[in-house]
Amino acid sequence: MGSKKEGTGVMPSFAPPSLATQSLGKEGSHIHSTHVSEFGVLEQSIVFRLKDAVDHPGRNPVFNSKSSGQAVASDSLQFVHFNKAVASADITPRVGSQRLPQEKGQQPNTVSSNHFDKWGESTMADTSPRTDDTSTDVDTDEKNQRFEAGQSNFIAASDSNDRSKTGDQKTLRRLAQNREAARKSRLRKKAYVQQLESSRLKLNQLEQELQRARQQGIFISSSGDQSHSMSGNGALAFDIEYSRWLEEHNRQVNELRVAVNSHAGDGELQSIVDSVIAHYDDIFRLKGVAAKADVFHILSGMWKTPAERCFMWLGGFRSSELLKLLVSHLEPLTEQQLMGICNLQQSSQQAEDALSQGMEALQQSLAETLAGSLGPSGSSGNVANYMGQMAMAMGKLGTLEGFLRQADNLRQQTLQQMHRILTTRQSARALLAINDYFSRLRALSSLWLARPRE
Amino acid sequence: MDRVMGLAGQNALVIFSNSSCCMCHSIKRLFGELGAHATVYELDQDSRGKETEKALVRLLGRSSPLPAVFIGGKLVGSSNEVMSLHLKADPTRASKSHLIMLLKEARAIWL
Repeated sequence: MGSKKEGTGVMPSFAPPSLATQSLGKEGSHIHSTHVSEFGVLEQSIVFRLKDAVDHPGRNPVFNSKSSGQAVASDSLQFVHFNKAVASADITPRVGSQRLPQEKGQQPNTVSSNHFDKWGESTMADTSPRTDDTSTDVDTDEKNQRFEAGQSNFIAASDSNDRSKTGDQKTLRRLAQNREAARKSRLRKKAYVQQLESSRLKLNQLEQELQRARQQGIFISSSGDQSHSMSGNGALAFDIEYSRWLEEHNRQVNELRVAVNSHAGDGELQSIVDSVIAHYDDIFRLKGVAAKADVFHILSGMWKTPAERCFMWLGGFRSSELLKLLVSHLEPLTEQQLMGICNLQQSSQQAEDALSQGMEALQQSLAETLAGSLGPSGSSGNVANYMGQMAMAMGKLGTLEGFLRQADNLRQQTLQQMHRILTTRQSARALLAINDYFSRLRALSSLWLARPRE
Repeated sequence: MDRVMGLAGQNALVIFSNSSCCMCHSIKRLFGELGAHATVYELDQDSRGKETEKALVRLLGRSSPLPAVFIGGKLVGSSNEVMSLHLKADPTRASKSHLIMLLKEARAIWL
């Protein structure tokens, strides 16, 4: 460092060797004499000096030297002088090109000004070598010392160069502008770092919340699992819609419960029952729409709690099972009603079995199709074969949506037919019982997930 | 269309199907479960299958009309209609479901 000594008594450790000796002028052209090979290091240290100068005008963070212990009185002028020269893009190269050893064959002023222009203009800290404020402060003292000594050389040198008054004024104005620019830059960086810090805290908080919510068995879809953004939208959107639907459903059921317990009149009960059943129609419609976007998501039951999912059938509850549960809760039933409910249960069971068998056939057919494409690879005939069979498999997958639709249709029809067979009060109690059952299943999921494990 | 209606009228329970269609498979199984005898036309194995299917598309107003079910020569519909009918009660209460009632009337089922 500092290999070129051009007659200065004091050699700054970072500074270009010729800086102190030349006539510096108010243009601050001394920057041009930067030793190019040390430029990288110089740049880094200069950045810190810039900040330090703005923050600590009392110090003189310009070139200094270890050998000189002379502290210079506060003279930010010199520093800003340097700063401005560095930041401005219109530095005349006349002095620099004469003196400077052009090792890299380029105008160092251009390099430096580009670098510092970026810093001056950018609101991000990415052009700064470090984004951590604290490290800057730590290094400040050490580097300031080195600058301070060199400072004195500049003062001496610039005093010896007396320019015209207008030149001084221009310079003063430019210096002031530079000071301002540097200060603003520093503030921007501070604001950005603060923003980063608070975002980091927020992220930690959200992660903790998510962890807690997961433990409680609430399904949170992780967007990272979705490879296709379209399907991600479909699944996520449905999950949100479902949770809203469930909220509203619970609200309606509570209203129904209050009405039943308070022995409300049939008219009032009927209207609430009708709205509950109509609300069920909403979720079937939503499932239909979501199935078009992402049939696998609906079939997977990931939008349900674990226990519900385990006992799910073709994307939802099994109607025949539900009716079996209800019969005991609905007594007293007339003979006709009992027969009606039993027939409904049996028909539902038969339809469910038919659909289940259809699904099994689909799976077998799919397996055969995929297995059919297995074989020695390489020949073009096999590739065409493969493509054809993949196309066929795709077609089969397309029928899944139809099965899901039929399954939902069964569920919807079951609810409506049940409502027709039963009286208003019986329907109300049936709906309450159904809700109780699934609420318990959901609660079971939560308990299970939160259970203490040995 | 004539062919469709002609074939549909020939038997109590007629199903136009496709051998590789799994929903058709479901419907066939359901009727089997109910003890009904069905006359099935697999259109993918039929020489005039394509035009028959086109006629059914027009008749049902659906791009995929199969399975198409006729009971007593009258169009019932596709899987959706068949299943819904099965869950509906027989208004006469003589049978276990509306679908079964229709099948009995057409003598597709024997008691």
